[in-house]
Amino acid sequence: MVFLTRQAEFAASHFYHNPALSPEENRRIFGKCNPSNGHGHNYILQVTVCGEVDPVTGMVLDLKELKEILEREVMDPMDHRFLNHEVPVFATTIPTTENLAVEIWRRLAPRITKGPMHLHQVRVYETQDLFVDYFGDEKHGQ
Amino acid sequence: MANSPVAHLTRRYEFSASHRLHSNAMPEEENQRIYGKCNNPYGHGHNYHLEVTVAGPIDPTTGMVMNIVDLDAIVRTEVLVHFDHTNLNLDLACFRDTVPTSENLLLEIAGRLRHTIPGLVKLKLQETGKNFFEYRIPMSDNK
Repeated sequence: MVFLTRQAEFAASHFYHNPALSPEENRRIFGKCNPSNGHGHNYILQVTVCGEVDPVTGMVLDLKELKEILEREVMDPMDHRFLNHEVPVFATTIPTTENLAVEIWRRLAPRITKGPMHLHQVRVYETQDLFVDYFGDEKHGQ
Repeated sequence: MANSPVAHLTRRYEFSASHRLHSNAMPEEENQRIYGKCNNPYGHGHNYHLEVTVAGPIDPTTGMVMNIVDLDAIVRTEVLVHFDHTNLNLDLACFRDTVPTSENLLLEIAGRLRHTIPGLVKLKLQETGKNFFEYRIPMSDNK
């Protein structure tokens, strides 16, 4: 098995707010991420695919194809967007980096699967000093 | 929470410290041979990068594995205030008899964080752009 990683960058704005909590609770938990006008980041996405090397092409998968999937599923809907207002799932889910990694996984995993080849990891950098990894359906303590 | 997806959150911190690699258990020549320029008598410094990874279910109320503010506070209290802008050999009791290699520094940090950060799974210490050291917290810590 070989692991192949492709990187992409997108810029988006967001804010954190849970309507089930009081305004004070929201401010206490989310701090400077809470104001509803939002703020933005240059997100860096690293997508890792695991698979066998095709003996004919010498590839795990065609990078051009992966790039097109990333464009269609992530870049087009999220780049230069306000996540809370323009990406439907984030109307009801807080667009933290954790939830963003999960959402990107859900968009990509069904489209990156062929024989043993599959999506292995989604890493989302919110800043240089903060990133989240998601490996799909993992049980806690695994 | 039981059905919440599990994610791994990593936060990077920086601290600057000096050290000298020297073991009292070995003669001078042996220290020089093994540690080379890291054995120079007055020591030298690095900008260390420490990556702290916690894993756990994403809390549906907050959308978070752990609040970064809480994580920052623990790392600051347990590690950064003790190590940043210090001479590891002279200022830290833990390195009086232990050589402050990055391996030992990482183990010392692990000892300070493993029981204070819930869900801690991995630590990575980068001494320079060319070398880094990783420590995986034993599973038994997170049960």
